Amino acid sequence: MVKSLFSILIFPGFLFVSALSLVADFFDRKLHARLQNRVGPPWFQPLADFIKLLAKEEVIPKDANATMFCLAPVFALASAATAFLYIPLWNTEALFSFNGDIIVVLYLLTLPTMTFFIGGWYSTSLFARIGSVRAITQLFAYEIPLFMGILSSALLADTWSLYGITVFYNNRPFFWLLNIIGFAVSLISLMGKLEKVPFDIPEAETEVVAGVFTEYSGRFLAFFRLTLCIEMVAGAALLAAVFMPVGLGLGPLARFVIFIAEVFFIISLISLLRTIFARLRIDQMIRFCWKYMVPLALLQLLINLFAKGIVLR
Amino acid sequence: MHDSDKFKIPMGPQHPALKEPESFSVALRGEKILGVEIRLGYNHRGVEKACEDRTYTQDVYLIERVCGICSHSHSTCFVQAVEEIAGLAVPKRALYIRTLIAELERVHSHLLWLGVAGHEIGFDTLLMYTWRDREVVMDLLALLTGNRVNYGMNTIGGVRRDITAEQAAEVLKGMDILEERTKYYIEVATQETSIIKRLSGVGKLYYPDALKLDAVGPTARASDVDRDTRRDDPYAAYPEMAFDVITDSNSDVYGRTVVRVKELMEAYKIVRQCLKNMPDGPIAVKAPRKIPAGEAVSRYEAPRGEDMHYVKSNGTEKPERVKVRAPTLANVQAVKHMLKDRYLADMPIVIAAIDPCFSCTDRLVSVQQLDNDAHQVLTWQALHEYSIEWHRSRGTDFTALNKKLSKAIG
Repeated sequence: MVKSLFSILIFPGFLFVSALSLVADFFDRKLHARLQNRVGPPWFQPLADFIKLLAKEEVIPKDANATMFCLAPVFALASAATAFLYIPLWNTEALFSFNGDIIVVLYLLTLPTMTFFIGGWYSTSLFARIGSVRAITQLFAYEIPLFMGILSSALLADTWSLYGITVFYNNRPFFWLLNIIGFAVSLISLMGKLEKVPFDIPEAETEVVAGVFTEYSGRFLAFFRLTLCIEMVAGAALLAAVFMPVGLGLGPLARFVIFIAEVFFIISLISLLRTIFARLRIDQMIRFCWKYMVPLALLQLLINLFAKGIVLR
Repeated sequence: MHDSDKFKIPMGPQHPALKEPESFSVALRGEKILGVEIRLGYNHRGVEKACEDRTYTQDVYLIERVCGICSHSHSTCFVQAVEEIAGLAVPKRALYIRTLIAELERVHSHLLWLGVAGHEIGFDTLLMYTWRDREVVMDLLALLTGNRVNYGMNTIGGVRRDITAEQAAEVLKGMDILEERTKYYIEVATQETSIIKRLSGVGKLYYPDALKLDAVGPTARASDVDRDTRRDDPYAAYPEMAFDVITDSNSDVYGRTVVRVKELMEAYKIVRQCLKNMPDGPIAVKAPRKIPAGEAVSRYEAPRGEDMHYVKSNGTEKPERVKVRAPTLANVQAVKHMLKDRYLADMPIVIAAIDPCFSCTDRLVSVQQLDNDAHQVLTWQALHEYSIEWHRSRGTDFTALNKKLSKAIG
């Protein structure tokens, strides 16, 4: 009981993932800044931002549905932080592992987007409403390639648990190379989920101010910001666990270090991609996802089906 | 689809996409723009009226502050008009220096625009890069004139500062750096896929519409309108400069981008010619304090398009009337046309693509009905009372505050 509580709240639960996400946010911002030829923030900037926002007054719009408006950020934070608990960090097994946990992680990572929609919709601001509609429209575009990309890897391993996936790829070295396309598709879809350039359409500042977050302030905005950071870490961790299960034989500590390095590698890829592109329009984004990403994910599915039928027979 | 799908969003007077307060009220259906209402007038400063209360020399500095970016354009345009009335023969060296500063100003304005355009389409990397390189030309302007903006270079009858050989060498060095960087930006703007996706086909303004709506500057030239005051009605040292007028037939935001980046290359060419052929001699002639009665119109190709000043003098030391037609006023009507049937996401870049400068544009126009001779003139007192009443009817009462203020002032 005490051990479980410790795991959930402190390590590798809420406290650890929050700290890691703030470090990851700093890493992302600093790298983004250096790539843009700027100096970038000092290391404590994300934490300072978070504390400052916590101390600020929160304003709830007069017409807003106060319950939904206030609950949305809490749900978002809780679901993003919970998703991280199911990802194996230093061995094959996560804290709470069961068959089907990969679906639960994907589901928990979808929840924040739903809460963005609900929060934006119930804040009754025009900009927030446009933002929330864009967020939900975008969801239908990136979610399917993301699921297909990640689940095709599970299909090859013939399991629905992250535990099974890590064991499978650990026993068969270099099998993860088969999933390169799936990795690329998932990474780009993840950028849509995290609302990063070129997919930052729901919060495009020059069009809809801050989109969903326009009316949010103080604690609630801090929760949403932290949610996005944790979502980034959890998403990167999921990708690392599914697509890069290397170094498992070297012992827990080495695997942990390698795992964190993988997470930061994925985040640096995201930073790089968001530096070199302009924001797409929502119609272009959806066309891109359905025209290129879904066929690529289907191709990955085919590769894995053939691999399963021929190589693993 | 029924009517409840339609809604109006206020872009401005305060909005992150706008650098100055201006109101665009957008009627939307989903993401599609049904119509746009443009309302200018949030930045009216009464510069024209203020000019009538100041001497010509003071006016040069006031007019320079019409715009923060093309300050040299406005002051040159104004002094040209005054010099024409006074019949002053401005020395050649002064004309060359004016041209040099004008082209450096164009370089900094176009680089600034490229960055802003990048920001509007969510490409902040381009903003950071261009604004970093813009520092080169800003430093050069500070070196030549002492200021990064509002150079204070012009005076009636010439310029106020001479250019030394060392300064000229510095400028040439800067041009080499900028030329290399600009070549890179031309490559980025014409080859980067996501930029082209966001710019190409957006904000179409075809040749006949550009003529009909009186577009000027790069906005018109991107619609294949071959117009440039520097060539068509040359002023300063432009008659002796060899340069090309850049036009483009894309007629969209992409074309406007291409025109601007290519104009940068022409600007470097002109700067080099200026420095190479600059004649020796005085930099100013003495202007009379009182300008003889008369009137003049002066045209000038500012970075944003043709700028026009009208000055009427009555033989005293103060002008009777000064009229400024900033290029944005000519272009702003085209925006409405360009936004027809576009998406909300295109709105920031379409507005930005005319390189708007709203505070230069704001004018007070009193419209007199033809069939009704009577028109109302509000005195200062009446206007003051009207504003108090206006706010009170909307629930804000400033009476207590006004009492306090008048007590404090005494």
